[in-house]
Amino acid sequence: MAAGAVWAAADLFEIEEALAFASQQTSANLTAQTRALTPAQADVVSALTSRILPAVDGRPGAREAGALAFIDRALATFNAAQRPLYTEGIADLNRRAQAKVTGAAGFAALASGQQDEVIREIEATPFFQAVRLDTIVGTFALPSWGGNRDYMGWHLLGLEHQMTFQAPFGYYDADANRRN
Amino acid sequence: MAPQSRPSARFRPSDVVDFVIVGSGAAGGIIAKELSTAGHTVVVLEQGPRLSERQFDHDEFGTFMRGHNINDPATQPHTFRPTPQETAQRRQVLVYGRLVGGSNAHFTGNFWRMRPSDFNEASRLGGVPGTGLVDWPLTYEELEPYYTKAEWELGVSGEPGPFDPPRSRPYPMPPLPVKSSGVLLERGARALGLHPQPSQMAINSRTYNGRPACQHCGFCLIFMCEFRAKSTSMAVMLPIAEATGRCEIRSDSYVAQVEVGRDGRATGVTYFDAQKRMQRQRAKAVVLCANGSETPRLLLNSASGRFPQGLANSSGVVGKYLMFNTYFEVSAQFEQPLNEYKSIQNTRMVLDFYETDPKRGFYGGGGIDARFGKYPITFALEGLPRNAPTWGEGFARELSRQFPRTMAFGCHGTSLPLETNSITLDPTLKDAWGLSCMRTTYTDHPDDLKNAAFLGGHATDMAHAAGALAVWAAPVVAQTLAVHLLGTCRMGNNPRTSVVDRYHRTHDVRNLFICDGSSMVTSSRGQPTETISALAFRAGEHIADFAKRGQI
Repeated sequence: MAAGAVWAAADLFEIEEALAFASQQTSANLTAQTRALTPAQADVVSALTSRILPAVDGRPGAREAGALAFIDRALATFNAAQRPLYTEGIADLNRRAQAKVTGAAGFAALASGQQDEVIREIEATPFFQAVRLDTIVGTFALPSWGGNRDYMGWHLLGLEHQMTFQAPFGYYDADANRRN
Repeated sequence: MAPQSRPSARFRPSDVVDFVIVGSGAAGGIIAKELSTAGHTVVVLEQGPRLSERQFDHDEFGTFMRGHNINDPATQPHTFRPTPQETAQRRQVLVYGRLVGGSNAHFTGNFWRMRPSDFNEASRLGGVPGTGLVDWPLTYEELEPYYTKAEWELGVSGEPGPFDPPRSRPYPMPPLPVKSSGVLLERGARALGLHPQPSQMAINSRTYNGRPACQHCGFCLIFMCEFRAKSTSMAVMLPIAEATGRCEIRSDSYVAQVEVGRDGRATGVTYFDAQKRMQRQRAKAVVLCANGSETPRLLLNSASGRFPQGLANSSGVVGKYLMFNTYFEVSAQFEQPLNEYKSIQNTRMVLDFYETDPKRGFYGGGGIDARFGKYPITFALEGLPRNAPTWGEGFARELSRQFPRTMAFGCHGTSLPLETNSITLDPTLKDAWGLSCMRTTYTDHPDDLKNAAFLGGHATDMAHAAGALAVWAAPVVAQTLAVHLLGTCRMGNNPRTSVVDRYHRTHDVRNLFICDGSSMVTSSRGQPTETISALAFRAGEHIADFAKRGQI
């Protein structure tokens, strides 16, 4: 029966690999060409995702994990109802960016510190809350949903995606499990 | 050993089988196995699809946010109102597994017996005014052999604790390896003079009856086990039933009504097949195991001239006394990594507060276990303390640092049975099949919330005593989301105040039986699955016996 379990695991890894491959293909395409967002809108959303969950301390952030690919795919499909919210929110962000820095092309062109200042102005809006939720989902949902490229989101949490672990699992159970 | 695979039985809907069972979860799977191994022909109708281990995934977004493998609010909407005075609004309040195997297929694996005291609490306490708290028509001693049967036939890991009720056999398997959360709960509990013990889990700690030991992948809660290490109806009971050659599991079959003949006996059920064509499965007897929300809905949707209040509802209590169990969580961060994302949800618990203590000033009790209860998305959304950053560098750093260092103390408590807490039919809303949707009316009794806060207080003390760096919890509020659906066709000796008798036969229809969470008279201490399983083994045995003696 152990052999059966190994077979099941092998099979799952194949499925995961296939899903990951499909998602990489999709992500690669989406970076070049988004379906719901215009390239300029995609730049703004990408910048937002990287301020919501930035790459810090050498770990990837939401942009590196491809949250944008998830967001765009969702807006093109099951989350289409939120397209107006995104369109208006992005336009508002660009207006605020231009009000803050004369001559700025838009939110994406600001320095990160300036972007944060603009975000603080809109933190409580439904638009920001939606982008925050979608950034989190796009970073941590399975790669088959379009984001979380190569499980980068899970890596940043310290989560190794394995079908099999053995005790000890963490610091505090090391002694107890060594005794057994 | 695992049953030999044999072609499963196939029946035509026009065949009069011995039993049609509605639902394939904890109770339906066990009763299907009991009746088919006793020599009866059985058709199990399951509204959800049949999935194999190869189709399971670890898709948190799909499961939690897109409704994969659970009741679908788009096609099966339901409505909710806190009290009968309000108009119910469309809202997803009840969540159950919608696949062959039912909610039992995705359950966490907690497997607690009730104690002798659970069965006669009302008479011992003198009742609780304004509630429907009554004694069970069964004693613990009568159910004990079936608790044992459930533990041995399904496969349970555990070891005796200091407050355990008497048991006729030890646990079939030793406990699973302790996790860091379990060690910390033990540390905190002992410092406070409490009595931590290994959690009893319906998950294999070693190879058992041909199924492998847990591989510790970490996706038990609301996910199905790819390794078949979780001891469920899906992994254990349904294969045995099918191997008899007398049981057909028919998936994608959404039951609309129980049909009754002119003599007042059930003749079978009507259901929609995968193509939404109406079918009629004829049977000598009908067993409803559709869960504590769908079973009463089905009875109410089966109203007829002869049974105007709904089938088996001469008492008027079908759908009433709905109980959710309270769940309250205290979160804690520690200095070193726990890596709670690995392995089973919980490995240690405290049952010191199980019993109702009148000195506390309220009814209720429960257990506290050590768990994680989060996956990556849920952790990012609600895993940090309320004062933590919600975006920016601070957010990213805190997520990275705290994901491996966070655990929860899960408080599982009682719900009092209230007549006003109920499943009824929504007066206007129809589902995608044109059937009346369920309407849930629910407000926790004040004692339920006091008990949740009481358990939460002890959990907070334990977290501090274990050395947590930060401890926090949301306020205790009335529950508006439920996965335990209990009490809506309660068992009792009096046909005027209960729906089924002590053998799960409906008082009103001789060949209609009900066994699932709806049979429960009280709520248990927050972990009802072993009791539902024991009731199902007992019901299956008695129903098979009635059939043999021509008493159906």
